[in-house]
Amino acid sequence: MTNTSWLDTLIQVVIILAQSLALLVGLLIVVAYVLLADRKIWAAVQMRRGPNVVGPFGLFQSFADLIKFVLKEPVVPDGSNKGVFLLAPFVTCLLALAAWAVVPLDAGWVVADINVGVLYIFAISSLGVYGVIMGGWASNSKYPFLSALRAAAQMVSYEVSIGFVIVTVLMCAGSLNLSAIVEAQNTRYGILGWYWLPLFPMFVIFFISALAETNRPPFDLGEAESELVAGFMVEYGSTPYMMFMLGEYVAIMTMCALTAILFMGGWLPPLPFAPFTWVPGVIWFLLKVLLVFFMFAMVKAMVPRYRYDQLMRLGWKVFLPISLFMVVLVAGVLHFSGLAPGAGG
Amino acid sequence: MSLAALFFYLFAAVAVASAFMVIASRNPVHSVLFLILTFVNAAGLFILIGAEFLAMLLVVVYVGAVAVLFLFVVMMLDVDFVELRQGFLQYLPVGALVGLVFLAELVLVFGSWTFGEGVTGAVLPAAAGVSNTVQIGRVLYTDYVYFFQAAGLVLLVAMIGAIVLTLRHKTNVKRQSIPVQNARTKAAAIDVVKVPSGKGL
Repeated sequence: MTNTSWLDTLIQVVIILAQSLALLVGLLIVVAYVLLADRKIWAAVQMRRGPNVVGPFGLFQSFADLIKFVLKEPVVPDGSNKGVFLLAPFVTCLLALAAWAVVPLDAGWVVADINVGVLYIFAISSLGVYGVIMGGWASNSKYPFLSALRAAAQMVSYEVSIGFVIVTVLMCAGSLNLSAIVEAQNTRYGILGWYWLPLFPMFVIFFISALAETNRPPFDLGEAESELVAGFMVEYGSTPYMMFMLGEYVAIMTMCALTAILFMGGWLPPLPFAPFTWVPGVIWFLLKVLLVFFMFAMVKAMVPRYRYDQLMRLGWKVFLPISLFMVVLVAGVLHFSGLAPGAGG
Repeated sequence: MSLAALFFYLFAAVAVASAFMVIASRNPVHSVLFLILTFVNAAGLFILIGAEFLAMLLVVVYVGAVAVLFLFVVMMLDVDFVELRQGFLQYLPVGALVGLVFLAELVLVFGSWTFGEGVTGAVLPAAAGVSNTVQIGRVLYTDYVYFFQAAGLVLLVAMIGAIVLTLRHKTNVKRQSIPVQNARTKAAAIDVVKVPSGKGL
């Protein structure tokens, strides 16, 4: 061990910290405006104006909300399990943010370019349920508890079909690395070469499962306000509540990003020639993520909430057989047509 | 001490401490949460020896699914755990005996451990340009494919067994049949009746 290697390690650590910080700040600003966009789209569908008072067109609404939440007094219920009660929002928020460490924004623009990027995001998003369960249980109250039970069963169910969808994409791309998956979609056909077209059924299943996995309407049974008031968030207020919201929206952005990477070519331009290739990849990536988010928001505005047994039926009796069949089909097609990628990465 | 060693001691210490807390904490939900912390730290140890695929599988399977079900069950238990733990120490001699026997067996096994022909005790160096996901896949689907399939079959049998044990169609419970509902037509479902004024049906 010489001094220079220590210095190298230190520099590396500082670079990673700086990258993470830059990503965090960018992500939080995007989330602030995505939250506003969500409310605006929802309002537009219902022919309302939405938030329009704070700043021009209500553009500073999210920041006003942030200040409001932080300045309020946090209330911890007397009968709650206090440690777990306060830990739950942190878990939700931290896990949601941690997933972004492996998301490639452009070729090489990634904090941790690990070999098992997809599995990492899958693992982290499957941990997201703990925030809901812990919050629901620790509140020591009826509605949050029911919500925790619902959310636990729901998220475990839809992970299964998400897993199978990811498997089909992996078979086509031949790698678990997210950057390699994007590169595998880089063909001369541009937008037609991305996986949304050949794997269209899986794209649809993934989109719907992503809605269920992130507890978005029409699958927001964990916080169904008509029956459970606000579910696991009933007893929360102030900063802990804000962290739940933040975690939820960051998780939604993660799922949008994952959809963009797995099915819509990540940072690749839609047509692989001149005017389109001039635009930086990160802009394309952001546009695709926002397009998926727009679909999320439209679904929230238009589709009524599912009943719980319908939700379970959809997950286990419709999506699971279809995705299982598609895994076999895609594997068969890849094998017998000789299109299967070599096991390189 | 390198950075990797530092992280090893961190993960190992947290894993051991939280494993101890699993049995030491009074609240069973806290126990499960500490169990989850143990799993996550074990995944960290896997990453440190370069087995990132196993680490992620550990998190996905054990933390993301198995532990959720543990938590699900433990949360719903309505047992007075204070009462349950009253006579806790009376089992200490038996527990200590079992633990000692197990420890002695482990010492005997690892003390006389010899590797078979052609197996080296050292960790195999990673082949150039091949991630350990690919390496595991190559071994699993070539040399050990029958064992792998057999393991899958065992799990399938277990699953079917669980379903058979729990699936009961009670006669007095009305069940929803989606195909029947979807097959209903307007003619079959609605009967338009002209009701004369003041007569009723």
